[in-house]
Amino acid sequence: MFTFIECLRSALISIRAHGFRSILTTLGIIIGVASVIATVSIVQGLSYSIGQQFEGLGANSLSVYSYTSFEDQMKGRFGRITADDLQLITDRTEGIESITPMLASRFTSVVRFGAKSTTGRVIGTTNSYQQVNQLFIQKGRFLSESDNQTRRRVCVIGTQVRDNLLLPENPIGEFIEINSEWVKVIGLAEPKGEMLGFKQDDIVLLPYSTMQSLNGNQTQVDIQIQLTVKNLDEMETVTEKIRKLLRQSHRIKNGNDDFKIQSSEQLKESFSKITASVTLVMGGIVSISLLVGGIGIMNIMLVSVTERTREIGICKAIGAKRHFILLQFLMESLTLCLLGGLIGLLIGYALGMGLAAMIPNFPPAHVPWWAIAISVGFSALIGIVFGIVPAAKAANLDPIESLRYE
Amino acid sequence: MSLIVLNDIAKHYVMGQETVRALDGISLTISANEYVAFTGSSGSGKSTMMNILGALDKPSSGSYLLNNRDISLMNQDELADIRNHEVGFIFQSFNLLPRLSALGNVMQPLIYRGMPLKAREQAASAVLKRVGLADRMHHLPNQLSGGQRQRVAIARALVTNPSILLADEPTGNLDSTTTTDIMKLFDELHSEGNTIVMVTHEPEIARHCHRVVRMQDGKLAEDYFN
Repeated sequence: MFTFIECLRSALISIRAHGFRSILTTLGIIIGVASVIATVSIVQGLSYSIGQQFEGLGANSLSVYSYTSFEDQMKGRFGRITADDLQLITDRTEGIESITPMLASRFTSVVRFGAKSTTGRVIGTTNSYQQVNQLFIQKGRFLSESDNQTRRRVCVIGTQVRDNLLLPENPIGEFIEINSEWVKVIGLAEPKGEMLGFKQDDIVLLPYSTMQSLNGNQTQVDIQIQLTVKNLDEMETVTEKIRKLLRQSHRIKNGNDDFKIQSSEQLKESFSKITASVTLVMGGIVSISLLVGGIGIMNIMLVSVTERTREIGICKAIGAKRHFILLQFLMESLTLCLLGGLIGLLIGYALGMGLAAMIPNFPPAHVPWWAIAISVGFSALIGIVFGIVPAAKAANLDPIESLRYE
Repeated sequence: MSLIVLNDIAKHYVMGQETVRALDGISLTISANEYVAFTGSSGSGKSTMMNILGALDKPSSGSYLLNNRDISLMNQDELADIRNHEVGFIFQSFNLLPRLSALGNVMQPLIYRGMPLKAREQAASAVLKRVGLADRMHHLPNQLSGGQRQRVAIARALVTNPSILLADEPTGNLDSTTTTDIMKLFDELHSEGNTIVMVTHEPEIARHCHRVVRMQDGKLAEDYFN
């Protein structure tokens, strides 16, 4: 321990004596660690915020939507989820807490108020949309059963729509124009922020039946069904039940489903898989620069040993043992690398934060503890691995030869 | 009591085809508190003698007893211990560590014996006061004159309380006034009980010492007391 502290002390003295050179030496490590941290922090910030957004979606929700394989698309066969399917699932599946259809508009979703117009996601749905999507009402009320039954021309809008249309702070009672029909605003949803970079507050929700009539008379509608299960444990059974029902009604035998059932958990998993592999690839590329940095350190340490041959000779003449010299030089390269690692950490952190702040709508960078641990550990490892050769060279110098060295 | 006993010491170097006999059968005894000068022309083997006496090098044959311990049988780490505890080196070119202050230089050998910082500082500053550098402790070597640097080097040699002080041309790089000062310091150190072995080619300096050993071609040519 004593030797350790003394070696650290002399290492610090010699690093400080060559301040500028030390910084240049460790620059490779600084850049390497900084880029690792910046990259990882941005990617992790992204995945962290995605994770957070999924939390908001609720882990017990499922969505059922139509899916047409490319092959079938070529043949002109399009899978559809219809109102009958909704009815079937509602009637014959147990364990569903709430279920809601979502009918997208067939027209361009331009919404007007006075001279202003904006685009929004116009969706026809029912009262239970609120439970499934955990949507809360800020002002007014949500769509009711009777709105749906009587095809009332009412809507609930997101805050974004209100702001874009320059509607009053409290837009309840105003009329907005959707597909040249006038619809009364009866509710304002609480802002939900963004999800995967998609704005969620640009929604215009209409009663399902109103949406149907706005869409025009068409026989083949394709809806999306969202539902929540009562008990999280029944997720699997509910999914299986729905799959079975839809296969029956769609007469699918060979397993080429024309629909998909996806839980928010699955979505979350697939996204974290993507970010994990991106992190890994980036990390791999950047760790090459750490390796190059390590070689730089070894190079300078070798030069430094040659340069200090005489000093080493003096130290040996006054009684320094081999292991002391070895440890001293090893500590020097270790300290250099750790120093570089820490500086790189700070720069990378600042870089990640700065970049995330500069890109609009980008989630804030997030530096996970393992990235810090790995980059600091890796730079320490490089310090030791690439310090051993120079340190051994120093320790093995002959005292008489090195005292004569000019 | 004999401090140093050299028995038939030889040192051979192989240079290409030739074998150079730097030392060739030297037997010599030095007692505690002697004041010895090794003289001789260049190539006479006095530097090699110095390296062996200082445990920097091992003889090819023969035995070297320092304080009754056989140096010729030791490994590198044991030799380092001997240099640290028994020998105080003083070099012609001072050989101070350029990045350390006078105090730091004098403290350096004490690190290798595991002395804690406070004790090191105390011991080192006491010795620096002894050689008359109380007001120069925190100067770097290049801020000191030649004579002052050699005093720092002497302090570094003294701080370990060695059995022998080994000085290799200690005044070789100094002007005559400073030479007189440094030699006076050596005389004082001798009278305080230190054993001093010096290598010099200057007759003036040799005359200062009580015993003169003249070497020639790796052999002892003369050994007399002044």
